[in-house]
Amino acid sequence: MTRITIDPITRIEGHLRIDCEVDGGKVTKAWSSGTMWRGIELILKGRDPRDAWIFTQRICGVCTTVHAIASVRAVENALNLEVPLNAQYIRNMIVAAHGVHDHIVHFYHLAALDWVDIVSALKGDPAGAAKLGATLSDYKANSIPNIRSVRDRLQTFVASGNLGVFASGYWGHPAMKLPPDVNLLAATHYIQALEVQRTANKIVAILGSKTPHIQNLAVGGVSNAINPDSQSTLTLERLYTIKALIDELGDFVHNAMMNDVAAVGALYADWTQYGAGVTNYLSVPDLPLDTKGTTFELPGGYIPAGDLSKFQAITSYQDAFFRDGVKEAVKHSWYEYSGAAAALHPYEGQTNPKYDDFHDDGKYSWIKAPTFQDKRAQVGPLANVLGMYAAGHEPTKRHLTKLVEVASKVAGAQIPLSALHSTIGRIAARAVRCAVLHEALQNQWQLLVDNIAKGDFRTFNRPVFPKGEVRGFGYHEAPRGVLSHWVVIKDGKIDNYQAVVPSTWNASPRDQNDEPGPYEAALIDNPVADANLPLEVLRTVHSFDPCIACAVHMVDAEKRPIVQVKAM
Amino acid sequence: MSILVLGLGNILLSDEGVGVRIVEALQASHELPADVEVLDGGTSGMDLLDMVAERDCLIVADAVNADGPAGRVIRLEDENIKMLFETRFSPHQLGLSDLLAALRLVNKAPRRVVVIGVVPQNLSLGLELSPAVASGRDAAVAMIVDELSRLGPAPTARLH
Repeated sequence: MTRITIDPITRIEGHLRIDCEVDGGKVTKAWSSGTMWRGIELILKGRDPRDAWIFTQRICGVCTTVHAIASVRAVENALNLEVPLNAQYIRNMIVAAHGVHDHIVHFYHLAALDWVDIVSALKGDPAGAAKLGATLSDYKANSIPNIRSVRDRLQTFVASGNLGVFASGYWGHPAMKLPPDVNLLAATHYIQALEVQRTANKIVAILGSKTPHIQNLAVGGVSNAINPDSQSTLTLERLYTIKALIDELGDFVHNAMMNDVAAVGALYADWTQYGAGVTNYLSVPDLPLDTKGTTFELPGGYIPAGDLSKFQAITSYQDAFFRDGVKEAVKHSWYEYSGAAAALHPYEGQTNPKYDDFHDDGKYSWIKAPTFQDKRAQVGPLANVLGMYAAGHEPTKRHLTKLVEVASKVAGAQIPLSALHSTIGRIAARAVRCAVLHEALQNQWQLLVDNIAKGDFRTFNRPVFPKGEVRGFGYHEAPRGVLSHWVVIKDGKIDNYQAVVPSTWNASPRDQNDEPGPYEAALIDNPVADANLPLEVLRTVHSFDPCIACAVHMVDAEKRPIVQVKAM
Repeated sequence: MSILVLGLGNILLSDEGVGVRIVEALQASHELPADVEVLDGGTSGMDLLDMVAERDCLIVADAVNADGPAGRVIRLEDENIKMLFETRFSPHQLGLSDLLAALRLVNKAPRRVVVIGVVPQNLSLGLELSPAVASGRDAAVAMIVDELSRLGPAPTARLH
């Protein structure tokens, strides 16, 4: 037999490396360095703006749909092109279903294993776990036989010595605190979530014609033809198939996931003390309800210094506060700007690489450092939930209140809203956003069906490109936070194109004023019980849901390497 | 017999996208039997769960770092695939191996998995394959056609 040595090939957005200095069991300094995607404009320059979305959805394997949506919105914005209502609703349903899918996968299949000990779950008692489940909700799948079958399956899996997905978990780590029955209940939902996320993906596949790369978008609308009587189009039958899938999703999101997250939050209440970091929160409104993008189902905006009373809403696709507020700095990134500009607006964005090794006080990352109104900002579900809450969005208030109530009941003490500014807060906010998105998905389905019933079958407005230069931006509140695409079009061809992605906001290095990015700031004062097993660092980084591969590199106060851990 | 031919890779990074280019070429050059589905999976992981679940056979076309010149085509099955995956993944990186492990957990893993890999040369920004890898793509298509012919009705070459 021939022996073959095989290495992985990096294919998602790039590697993320976190360096931490640890002193006295706490993180004292942190650096986030990434080889984030750079240079999409090099592929797009000179191309037809109507095709940009086909290429942008290849930027990242986790977030295909979101880059497609942001791209068509940017080009439509440049042309002042209105989008028919049906097209908005269909896009909104894709956005919402994708978001629900993403949040379920993040919690159960990415983040939960930092908190839930699978090996301890094997010691759990199915009757005890079922009883615990019953105190939290009447979720029907929390039955003793269901839970026992999951435990048996896990036992077989672990006994086979082939741990697969569970292979490099930190089982038995001193920071793992859940009792076996709680671990078993969460593990049961972990397995169920594998099925449930398929349901969410089916909705995207039906509307988008295909996953993982949707095919139905167009600058000016969608290519789904609507005809209640034809088999080859979006028929009533298909719409009712989608409705059944939405209902199935809701049972799990509202009755299992929300409670699991509340319980984990309550039993790890100490983690509400860590990980706040940057508390300027930026989110954008999404799910447009008119053809121009001036009213939205979900609000968004800016909260400075965690003060909800200072919330400033972003109100339309023309919003100047957002448009003029975004810049990117490269003082600590491996680029240089012509004329040594401190920060550039995306329309003027440049990608001139200047790599010269990792310098703690100089350049150390391929990620640029975005700022909003010249300040660092955190993006993601926490920013979005706080923004929607500050805007008075009723469903957000309702779901957040419910989650905090369940968590307070489990903890046996009232948990204040301020606990959200933390590592656990980011995970809790993601569950709340998932519940809000699920409700929005139901609403958007109803809006689409009602609009079709009125006899409106339009899904597309033809774009017309003027001579000369036009500029546009498109934003989207993606599962990991604010995504914006910026396009400059000259004589109908792309002249410049910049994507400012959520992980750029959160995983970025220090900015032009040496202010740390959200990951870096959130890691300060994190406890680290065992530098060889830096589970606590992973908890905080994973709470942001980084969609990039991650290597955590720990350095002690004398800067001797202690451990290199592949984190993701 | 339900078979999925899955192309993986990032087409924006030249040869990194060879897996996707292989399935595109396969579809362009051959008429496939009804029980064979082809999917451009891009760089997705968990999004593919539904398509991969409960297949009799999964054939993955992909770029692999392996010994040998650029464009070399490698066929992996069973133990060798385990090796490929074990060097690559952990609980937090949901790629293909996690997908397969997750499917094993719910008893829906494909019965057989074969990887047809091509050694890449150029992973920089761009949409074109380098010449050696383009030859590798064609060789990989022929290998997949052989594979399918052993599993069931043979694909038929389209007339050009």
